[in-house]
Amino acid sequence: MTSPGTMSGEGTPATPTSGELGPPRSGAAFVALLLRDLTVLRKFTGTFVLRTVMQPLLFVFVFTYVFPKIGQGVGDPGGTTDFSSLLVPGVVAIACFFQGIQAVTLPLVTEIGYTREIEDRVMAPLPVWALAVEKVVSGALQGIVAAAVVFPLAVFIPATSVHLDVNWPLLLTATPLAALTGASLGLTIGTKVQPSQVALMFSIIVIPITFLGASYYPWARLAAIPWLKWAVLANPLVYMSEAFRAALAPQFPHMALPAIYAGMVAFTVALTLVGIQGFRRRVLS
Amino acid sequence: MTEGEIFGLLGPNGAGKTTTVGMLTTRVLPTSGQILVAGVDVVAEPARVKQAIGVVSQSNTLDRSLDVRENLYYHGRYFGLGRRAASSAADAELRRFRLADRASADVTALSGGMAQRLMVARSILHRPRVLFLDEPTAGLDPQSRLALWDILGELHREGQTILLTTHYMEEADQLADRVAIMDHGRLLALDAPAALKRSVGADTVVKVTADGDLAALAGHLATLPGARSAHVVDSTVQVHVAGATGALPRVIAHAEGGGFTVTDLSMTEPTLETVFISLTGKDLRE
Repeated sequence: MTSPGTMSGEGTPATPTSGELGPPRSGAAFVALLLRDLTVLRKFTGTFVLRTVMQPLLFVFVFTYVFPKIGQGVGDPGGTTDFSSLLVPGVVAIACFFQGIQAVTLPLVTEIGYTREIEDRVMAPLPVWALAVEKVVSGALQGIVAAAVVFPLAVFIPATSVHLDVNWPLLLTATPLAALTGASLGLTIGTKVQPSQVALMFSIIVIPITFLGASYYPWARLAAIPWLKWAVLANPLVYMSEAFRAALAPQFPHMALPAIYAGMVAFTVALTLVGIQGFRRRVLS
Repeated sequence: MTEGEIFGLLGPNGAGKTTTVGMLTTRVLPTSGQILVAGVDVVAEPARVKQAIGVVSQSNTLDRSLDVRENLYYHGRYFGLGRRAASSAADAELRRFRLADRASADVTALSGGMAQRLMVARSILHRPRVLFLDEPTAGLDPQSRLALWDILGELHREGQTILLTTHYMEEADQLADRVAIMDHGRLLALDAPAALKRSVGADTVVKVTADGDLAALAGHLATLPGARSAHVVDSTVQVHVAGATGALPRVIAHAEGGGFTVTDLSMTEPTLETVFISLTGKDLRE
């Protein structure tokens, strides 16, 4: 046992006091940063759940519980539609997407823009790009948790029965990809947008994305409005919604699987690269 | 820098000290030239350099989402310590820096002095080869400043290599083995504090308060036999004189001989500030 107040002993010295410097333990640093983010998430579980659940809860409650009860129809003019089932993948996609963005953008805005505490994280022994990627991975993990939290709400609240047919391989591969897509957009917003403008960005980017993200309707049905059908392909949420729809409720039409995966991969890669470039610009000078 | 020394980077605000530290610690990309830290190029291999250094920057960069102990613990994890090692290293630093009773406090609830101690504790937790401190006592109350000086002195005795920037000349004088004086991004002088003070060539500084045109008085006093130089600083004239004996009467006689009325006079030994003034003609606070 080392006596308190001395430097020696406890803990392996990370670096020898002289001689050649060893290689950086960037992998360990990456994992440790993820653990740190999960610790913070655990600390703020309450606010996390409230933030994640409120919007989908109300949405599901009003559209699939209140509307059928009061006899007000929504969706198919024929009234035979299984809107409750259609909504499950959409609501899960939005929760995953929204949480991914928030989990990356909001801390970045504070840490880069106001407290400058990012300077400390930047001193961890890993390349700056890897720190940006860590933010995306951490945001994606939180997006997956959000999707899992929201899923039972969407299934059990509706007044009409929900018909799901889960394609597990699809669900297990599409969920992480979808979560990465959302989180990478969060990195781009968090680093490319001035901190004072972020609230505005939520209004003019995130809200339109959610409403035009094929969440509340299958993309194929937009055939009725051709210009919109093609325009929304620039919206990353479309591929996420379609992915969850294909994985959970295949009775509805969905985009071809290769197109879904290609869309998510392309958006994740492009947004992460743009975000890394923005991140480097913000933390290095 | 030599291993085990405290190296002071002294200069007024805006002299380029923070930029220099930023470049040494990989956060500021140099526009030209090459920088090696422990033999490793900071631009080519920043992660390898970061593994070997500890940094206390000017602003409070504590992780506000974590408590005091977690700040230390996760820092250890970032630098490759295992769960156990990081945990015991965190506890050891808490005791050493007298923060143990604040272990689970929110870092936003710490006083300025305590936050600074925690930042220093965190920066040395992974046993860095070089510790960088950028203006570590700026904004601290005098008591916290002295406490931090004690800590740095202790680290120094344990062999920690430290680079410290400051615009307080007493701090550089007290702590540093060698001091580099900077202004406008240029290195003006580099030596041990005592050698720098000797380099002025004067062993006495006479501060003259007088009525009338101070610049003219400075010009006049510079012609005093034995005077090395004279500058207007803070509405006094500082005359750097070799030979303390009889300096005061000689200064008064010379000033009055030039038609100036001296109202007050004091004599001090040269300080690093004297060195800075003689190098730049202005004082550190300007």
